[in-house]
Amino acid sequence: MSRLELRDVHKEFSGVEVLHGVGLRGDAGDVIGVVGANGAGKSTLIKILSGALPMSSGAMWMDGERVDPRSPHDAHDLGIRTVYQELSLVPELSVTENLLLGAFPRRLGLIDWKAADARARELLVRVGFGAIDPRERAGRLSVARQQMVEIAKALISEPRVLVLDEPSAVLAGADLEALFALIRQLRERGVLVIYVSHRLPEVLQLATSIVVMKDGRVIETLTPGDTGEDELIGLMAGRRLEQIYPARRDGHGQVLHRVDGLTRPGEFADIGFELRAGEITGLFGLVGSGRSELARCVFGAAPAVAGKGAHRSPAEAIEAGMALVTEDRARTGLVLGMTVRDNMSLTTWHSTSRGPLLDVARQRRDVAAMVDRLQIRPAGCAPMPAVHLSGGNQQKVVLAKWLLRDPRVLLLDEPTRGVDMATRVEIYRMVDELARQGLAVLLISSDLTEVIGATDRVLVMHQGRITGELRSADTGEDEVLALSMGRPA
Amino acid sequence: MSAESARAPRRLPRLVVGGRDLTVEAGFTLLIVAFVAVAATTSDSFLTPVNLTSLLKQMVTVGLLSLGMLVVILTGGIDLSVGSIVAFAGIVTAGLAADLPIPVAMAVGVASGIAFGLVNGTLVARFALAPFVVTLASLTTIRGLAFVYSEVPIAPADPAFLDLGTAMVGPVPLITVIMLAVFAVGGVFLTRTPAGRSIVAIGGNAETVRLAGINVRRHVVAAYTISGACAGLAGVILASRVGIAQPSVGVAFELDAIAACVIGGASLSGGRGSVRATLGGVAVLVLINNLLNLYGVQSFWQQVLKGLIIIAVILVQRVNRSRG
Ligand SMILES: Nc1ncnc2c1ncn2[C@@H]1O[C@H](COP(=O)(O)OP(=O)(O)OP(=O)(O)O)[C@@H](O)[C@H]1O
Ligand SMILES: [Mg+2]
Repeated sequence: MSRLELRDVHKEFSGVEVLHGVGLRGDAGDVIGVVGANGAGKSTLIKILSGALPMSSGAMWMDGERVDPRSPHDAHDLGIRTVYQELSLVPELSVTENLLLGAFPRRLGLIDWKAADARARELLVRVGFGAIDPRERAGRLSVARQQMVEIAKALISEPRVLVLDEPSAVLAGADLEALFALIRQLRERGVLVIYVSHRLPEVLQLATSIVVMKDGRVIETLTPGDTGEDELIGLMAGRRLEQIYPARRDGHGQVLHRVDGLTRPGEFADIGFELRAGEITGLFGLVGSGRSELARCVFGAAPAVAGKGAHRSPAEAIEAGMALVTEDRARTGLVLGMTVRDNMSLTTWHSTSRGPLLDVARQRRDVAAMVDRLQIRPAGCAPMPAVHLSGGNQQKVVLAKWLLRDPRVLLLDEPTRGVDMATRVEIYRMVDELARQGLAVLLISSDLTEVIGATDRVLVMHQGRITGELRSADTGEDEVLALSMGRPA
Repeated sequence: MSAESARAPRRLPRLVVGGRDLTVEAGFTLLIVAFVAVAATTSDSFLTPVNLTSLLKQMVTVGLLSLGMLVVILTGGIDLSVGSIVAFAGIVTAGLAADLPIPVAMAVGVASGIAFGLVNGTLVARFALAPFVVTLASLTTIRGLAFVYSEVPIAPADPAFLDLGTAMVGPVPLITVIMLAVFAVGGVFLTRTPAGRSIVAIGGNAETVRLAGINVRRHVVAAYTISGACAGLAGVILASRVGIAQPSVGVAFELDAIAACVIGGASLSGGRGSVRATLGGVAVLVLINNLLNLYGVQSFWQQVLKGLIIIAVILVQRVNRSRG
């Protein structure tokens, strides 16, 4: 008797079917890895089994019993806990409040805050994220930390099924290890874990079986021992990928942006580096290292307290030819309710208008070209609200918005977060091409392979300071990781 | 798929013409046709030229206010001061009409609305104050100023003061034409200009817009200024239409304007709303008023019924959308 079984699940949105009869089954203690290209239907499937979306038709069983969760609350009662792809914490509330929402310990009818904080802290320690302060406001935490709080929240009581939709996309180093250890513990205790990820090595390492989805169908179910990264990528993309990272670039040009002594107390201090035309510079740092804060400051989104090389406002930065792809697409990258076309042309509305009016024809042309170039799916997405796109495709829209500005200095903060392998390769190729055309690129990433493979040079940050600068060709993951933890390589 | 496992999707049909979803427009047309049909069959006085003309004129005030309100609501804000601006603009125009040429007096009336809007917008944008609080304060301040200007109603002696409010363009009142023109400009502004799109985007996610290098504050100030301008114009037109300006006019007009936007599907949290649907909302509101008047429903019951009808229309909209 399986812990969870889904049969012949169909789902349509306003008449368009996106899941065409999907099945899934798993036993207690299994870890089912779900992989597939952007828009394959992974998140939709997950939202269905966690009650967030109704299925159009199909059926679901748990431990032999027919179930029909019609709301996240129903699913919760059935013991299904879900960490969604998009962050869902209430930014204004503290970590404790987010974790215990609706289940506060009380004394004399009032919330007992001391007990609540203690319980939140205990929970965080139990799941291996003890470094998070439960009294911090959730909105002030980095995206990675928020992700960890989301995971802790799902584990407030023992689940029967734990669903994780790309939990690792923003995690690195010790945080990633903590997540893996947690999943192994849950397995031993008989929890069924469903694990969606684009990071194939970790899927191969964690999963007991791997489900490959493509265009709304499960096309293959594999055992990790019998398959490998290449086969998976081939199945997802429908073709073989020759080479992931383009050849490195040499002969870098003039300095396009220089940062010197830049400081924002509590975030980073005395940062200096140069970005040169034709060069891709990687920036690696663990959670709390200040890498995203640094990028925001250089771009003028947060004022610098001391030092040179930060713009005074985003408008000034953009005027100077700089672009920043931020890491949290829902909060800072997109206007989710607006169309893909509006979102992509946001940065060019004012610069391309003809007289008082928008140049609609040009806008349509530019957007169509970008949809094509970045292979954004569905191909006819331009008039769709951005919120209806899959996570990876939303990420591509953010990237497209900035590419349409023709920047000279491109700051990329986790640009491949949630993006499938085939498209990643395409993004690396595009960034490479842009660099060869004379752009300076700063690539911030928590993916060690990427931050070394796709760059010419890697800066490593630890606790707000740059602790190392390495030539990508001569370094390795161990060295970068050691520096990021403040240890000499 | 077994019959047992089938769960039929429940959806209302949508009307799509040439790739554009016209369900909302069609819905309003249907609703308005239904209202008119009911009115025409149940009341002898509905389809009379006098009543129809007066209907078209009644739309103007709430119409202009709703358009301005929509622009503010799109940014995620609210403008409670529009009713007071109507009173102030009207009384100042009527007062000045004694000494100044009438067009100049009217221009001053509209300008006063612009000035108030500018102040509202600046307080909201520059000092990051809550729109509700700022415009609640200006609601009472501006109402007070209207009474300070003149405690008693002013009726300008010059009959030319009435020209604007009474002139006809063929069968249609001039002021209705003006209002429709303002809606047309508003529609183009919100869908086809960088500033208009920015205003809509700000209501959706201001931080994303700021990081795209767009000056968020300036656009928020612009939105309140537009609302002030519309309210100023509405005040001038109202005074000219009835021939007398009262410092007490326009109480609770802001509520009708908000209702029209919401009936038109605008989201009070910003980022969503349409000019055409708002015009539909205005028509529905004015028709409800007119019908209840024709039936001779007592005025307190009118308020009750109006409230219930508004809720019903919004519910139908909501159900329709969530099934989409
Ligand atoms: N609310 C919606 N309305 C219309 N279409 C939708 C909606 N939600 C999702 N879709 C479509 O369903 C398809 C599957 O999306 P889904 O989010 O499940 O993909 P995914 O496999 O999770 O992709 P990713 O790896 O990018 O997260 C996409 O084509 C998407 O555009
Ligand atoms: Mg997804």
